[in-house]
Amino acid sequence: MINLKDITISKARISLDSKEFSARELAQAYLDVIKEKNTEINAYLEVFGDVLEQADNADKMISEGKIFPLTGIPFAFKDNILIEGRHASAGSKILENYVASYDATVIKLLKDQGAVFLGRTNMDEFAMGSSTQTSAYGITKNPVDITRVPGGSSGGSAAAVASGMTLVALGTETCGSVRQPASFCGLVGLKPTYGALSRYGLMAMGNSLDQPAPFTKTVIDSEIIFKTLSEYDLMDSTSMPENMRVVDNKKPKKIGVPRSFLNQGGVDTEVLANFEQSLEKLKNIGYEIVDIDLPILEYSLAVYYIIMPAEVSTNLSRFDGIRYGYSADGKDLMEVYMKSRGQGFGKEVRRRIMLGTYILSHGYYDAYYNKAVFLRDKITKDIDEAFKNVDLIATPTTPTTAFKIGEKMDDPVAMYLSDIFSAPANLSGCPSIAIPSGISSDGLPLSFQFVAPRLCEDFLFDIGKKFETM
Amino acid sequence: MVNIQDVEKLAQLARIDISEGEKEELLKDLRGILDYIDQVRAVSVDIGEREAGEVRNVMREDANPHESGVYTEKILASAPATENGYVKVKQIL
Repeated sequence: MINLKDITISKARISLDSKEFSARELAQAYLDVIKEKNTEINAYLEVFGDVLEQADNADKMISEGKIFPLTGIPFAFKDNILIEGRHASAGSKILENYVASYDATVIKLLKDQGAVFLGRTNMDEFAMGSSTQTSAYGITKNPVDITRVPGGSSGGSAAAVASGMTLVALGTETCGSVRQPASFCGLVGLKPTYGALSRYGLMAMGNSLDQPAPFTKTVIDSEIIFKTLSEYDLMDSTSMPENMRVVDNKKPKKIGVPRSFLNQGGVDTEVLANFEQSLEKLKNIGYEIVDIDLPILEYSLAVYYIIMPAEVSTNLSRFDGIRYGYSADGKDLMEVYMKSRGQGFGKEVRRRIMLGTYILSHGYYDAYYNKAVFLRDKITKDIDEAFKNVDLIATPTTPTTAFKIGEKMDDPVAMYLSDIFSAPANLSGCPSIAIPSGISSDGLPLSFQFVAPRLCEDFLFDIGKKFETM
Repeated sequence: MVNIQDVEKLAQLARIDISEGEKEELLKDLRGILDYIDQVRAVSVDIGEREAGEVRNVMREDANPHESGVYTEKILASAPATENGYVKVKQIL
């Protein structure tokens, strides 16, 4: 019997290589948990039919000594990451029957290593949401407390890891879509530097913000996945060329806390208290904690809610009922467009496309979009300036713990505010990690977030490993 | 402030068919969101001051093209309607 509770990539690697158990046995153990739990949690939209064959292939690689860090390691994937020949719906009715015609680069890299793909996971429709309640395929429940949401938009991937239905999973981040569910489900979530991991084969939401991002149980597992997937990709025009990937080898020592950003209201008192305790512990193990002044961060989420819908309305214009996906019949071409999009997109997606259309329309473009782009530059510059004085910036990951299913669905702005602490990293392209920091009085996971300078993921891994044990 | 005519116009521009009942709901939601993001409009900065970032060519060389037609079947497999190797659409003109 494999102990799935305490298993990590590193532990599985040792057991697989020493033939203590096979990749097939490991995959079967997860398939058994899926069978037991998925009906209730609804983390997976599809469990692949060839899991054991993939595992056999991994076992063959191991026997032949072709061993990579992720050979035989079970993965689940958010439903907006393309795997050739498999369905990818992005949680939307408009792509219900869509089959991917190519592999995303992150998928190709994992296939090359012989990772085992268990299935595709539920998500907010086209990654638009913070609770996995906008999926066309039903809600996903939080395994910690099934009356609560797992967060979102990558809620299915988070729930799959948290319930032991996979060892690790990939999600995608546009603004907290991995860190926020990691926080709600008690996991480690990493948002890499923009351009570090390839976006090729990810369904675009906000191209200037999107990154593939892993969910793991430990920081070291996050590091293993990051190091496997972080490389230049010719197929992604915003992928960072190797000569730009200059890594800072110093060890982080000084942590900045943007006080005014934390004190703007809406943050749960228990979350704040836990954050202060974590800071105290960091101080006790030798880190210097200082307050930093970054008033510009207060505009982050509003800036995000201009830039993202503008990119969304542009990106989702490709779903027209003609080239792929759901198509409704109409008397002319315009009616095919109108009906296919009207019937194929859910409420939140329609809302954001229309918002983006408004923001980009004549007369509002300067007032909203250009102003937001200007402020985004300012946010980035001010964060860069802060990093001249500190090595890391710390905040809570989310303002509250996991909320109840059904909550915030009638109030879009209240839902958006659950990502308030996520926005600065996505807007500035900086890497950020969410790490479990305790359990609330009602038994829910709490989470601590670090942001590092671009390409300084190593700062996050270094302090993250210490944070986990303090 | 946005009104119901704006919502209708946006739906038309975005090519999204929306029902009568949904218009009111969308109007309420859009007003709420615009009210929140209006803090950006209210910031007084001269956006003309924005400096362009470093400009670099991100386009790859259009070299070594693949053989014509090798991906046609695969790509057309996802189209709702096809005919003789083409995507089929309603008459445009």
